[in-house]
Amino acid sequence: MNRLNWSHRALSLTVTVSLSLWGTVIGAEGDAERGAEIFKKCASCHMVGPDAKRRFGPQLNNIIDAPAGAVDDFKYSKALLAAASDGLVWDFENLGAYLENPKRFIPKTKMSFRGLREEADRSDVIAYLATFSEGGVSGDVAESFRISSEILAIVGDLEYGEYLASECTTCHQTDGGNDGIPSINGLDVELFVTALHAYRGKYLDNSVMQLVAGRLTDEEIAALAAYFRSLEN
Amino acid sequence: MALNRRMFLGTTAAAAASLSAPMVMGAGHGKPRVVVVGGGAGGATAARYLAKDSKGEIDVVLVEPTRTYYSCFFSNLYIGGFKSISDIGHSYGTLAAEYGINVVHDWAVGVDRDAKTVSLAGGGSVGYDKLILSPGIDFVDGAVEGWDLTSQNKMPHAYKAGSQSELLKAQVLTMPQGGTYAMVAPPNPYRCPPGPYERVSMVAHVLKDVNPTAKIIVADPKPKFSKQGLFEEGWVNHYDGMIDWIGSDFGGDNISVDPNNMTLTIDGEVTNVDVCNVIPAMKAGKIADMAGVTEGNWAPVNAADMSSKADANIYVLGDSAQQGDMPKSGFSANSQAKVCANAVRGALTGSKVFPAKFSNTCWSLIDTDNGVKVGATYEATDEKIAKVDGFISKTGETSDVRKATYEESEGWYAGITADMFG
Repeated sequence: MNRLNWSHRALSLTVTVSLSLWGTVIGAEGDAERGAEIFKKCASCHMVGPDAKRRFGPQLNNIIDAPAGAVDDFKYSKALLAAASDGLVWDFENLGAYLENPKRFIPKTKMSFRGLREEADRSDVIAYLATFSEGGVSGDVAESFRISSEILAIVGDLEYGEYLASECTTCHQTDGGNDGIPSINGLDVELFVTALHAYRGKYLDNSVMQLVAGRLTDEEIAALAAYFRSLEN
Repeated sequence: MALNRRMFLGTTAAAAASLSAPMVMGAGHGKPRVVVVGGGAGGATAARYLAKDSKGEIDVVLVEPTRTYYSCFFSNLYIGGFKSISDIGHSYGTLAAEYGINVVHDWAVGVDRDAKTVSLAGGGSVGYDKLILSPGIDFVDGAVEGWDLTSQNKMPHAYKAGSQSELLKAQVLTMPQGGTYAMVAPPNPYRCPPGPYERVSMVAHVLKDVNPTAKIIVADPKPKFSKQGLFEEGWVNHYDGMIDWIGSDFGGDNISVDPNNMTLTIDGEVTNVDVCNVIPAMKAGKIADMAGVTEGNWAPVNAADMSSKADANIYVLGDSAQQGDMPKSGFSANSQAKVCANAVRGALTGSKVFPAKFSNTCWSLIDTDNGVKVGATYEATDEKIAKVDGFISKTGETSDVRKATYEESEGWYAGITADMFG
C-alpha cells in the first residue's frame, strides 16, 4: 500500500490507494477535486461514499479496476452483462472510453448519459472515483445526500401530491415518455425524496430543478414522492 | 355580424369552422358546465385538468376555431430548420375521445354575462356556470405606422404560429443574396419576451448557411430585452457582423413601414428591406374585450385563482391576463391553468382547493446545440402574482451545458404538449 496526499483544496481528503490504483491514477493525472464537481452530472444516478447505495445506477465505490457488471443489487442491461462476461474490467482506459460516449462503447447500455467529451473531464472524474476505491473515503458530495430518518418517515398526502405534481408534469410526462427529461413515474420514495432534497440544497445541478425544489417543504416533497410512486412505471 | 380582427387572422380556420355549426345545449341540465375559450397552453390544459380530475362531474366544452394547434413556442425552431411544421402541430382528438371534452371548432364572438352564455360565429350559443377565457393575443391597431392586418402577407408577424410561420420561413429562404431581413420588435408587455431574439438567432442560423452575406436589422422600441447578454454573446460568437440591433436609444422606437415599397424607416432614415417581420404591440384576445373583462389592453385577474376582477364567474389565463410578474409564455399559461382548474373544480364540486403555486421557464435556442434558459417561481399575493425566486443561464457556459439545456427544452416541449393535449 502506498499512502499519498492528493491536492484536494476543497475536499482535503487523505486517500489510501492500492499500488495498482496508484499507477492508474498517476497515469490519468486527474484532478479529483475538479472531478468532484464534474461528478455532480453523474450524481443524480450514482452514489459514492460510505452511505452509497443504488439509485438509478449502481453505487460506484471500488469501481476502479473492478470487473464490469459486478455491483450486487443492480439490474444491469443485457448489453453490459454481455460485455462483462467477455471480461470487461473498469480500468482507466475502459472507463475513459465508456465515459466519453457510453452508447458507443456499449450500445444499448441503460446509462442514459451523453458522455464527457473532454479528456480532462474524464480523467478528473476517474480520479475522483478513485478516491472512493479501496477503503471508501467520503467526500462532500456523498455526505450531503444523507437524509435524516425523520424526513424519510414523513407520510405524503397523495391528493396534495397529485395537485403539486401538476407543476412537474409540464416537463415530466406522466405516461412515462422520456424525450430529454426523465420519467419519474413509479420512483422509489426514498430515492425521490433524497433527490429533491439534494436539488433543494443545490447539491445536484439543474437550475430548473433547484428552483422548483427550492420552495418545497419536507411535507410537499413527501406528498410528491407518494404520488409519483403511485404512477405506473 | 361584425367581422373582428381574429377572423382576419384566421381566415382559413374560420372558413373550416363555418362548415360545422355546433349543437350545444345551454347550462342548467344537472351537471355544472365549464366553457373554455381558446385551445392553447392555457385553455387546453385547463380543459384537460377539469375533465380528468372531475371524473365526469363537470361538463367541459372547449371552443377553439382551429383543428390543428400550432404552438408558438418552438415555431422559431421551425423557422431555423430544427423542427418541421408537423412537429409543432397538435390535434384535439385525444381531448375529445379520451377525456370526454366537447371540442367545438368555432369562434366565440360574444359573452352575455347576465345570461351566462357564449355566442358562437356559427350561430349557436352555449351556457356556462364558469367561463375560462384563454384567447392568447391580438395586435393593437395602428401600433406600427404603415402596417395593418391586410399587410400581414407582405410583412408577416409570424407571432401566431402556423401559416404565418410558413410564410416567414419561405420569405427568408428566398431572400436575394446579400439582402436584408428586418424585424420590428414589439414594446412590452408581449407574448414570449425572448421570442423575437430567438427568432433573430434562428433566421441568422438559416442565412449563415444559405445567404451568408445577408444582413439582419432589428428595430426595437425598447432600450433592452430579455436574455440580452446571452443573445448578444451568441450573436458575436455565431453570427458576427450579421445582426444590427437598434434599440430605443438609437431611434428604434421611431419607425414606420411601407409594405408596398418594402421599406423600413428608422428615425427618418429609409432602408430597403427584403423581408420585414413586423411584430406589433399586443393586447388580450378580442373575446376578452367583448366579454368586458379588460382594462386597457389586458384583463386584470386575481392571483389566487385567475378569476377576472370584473366577474367572479369568468377566469382569464395566459397571455390575455394581467396578473403581475409572470411573463406571457406557454409555460406560464399552462401553470396558471392548473391553479385555475383546481379552483374552478373546487367551486363547482366542493373538491379540495390547494394554494396557488406558479412557475415558468423559457428556453431559447441561439444556434445548434446552444440553448439558454431563464426561469422563476411565483406565488399569489392579494395584489398580484409575485415573483419568488429565479435563475438565468450564464454567459460563457460550456458547450456541454448549452447542449444539455437544448435537450432539456426538447423534453419540456414533449412534456407540456402532453400536458395540454393528453
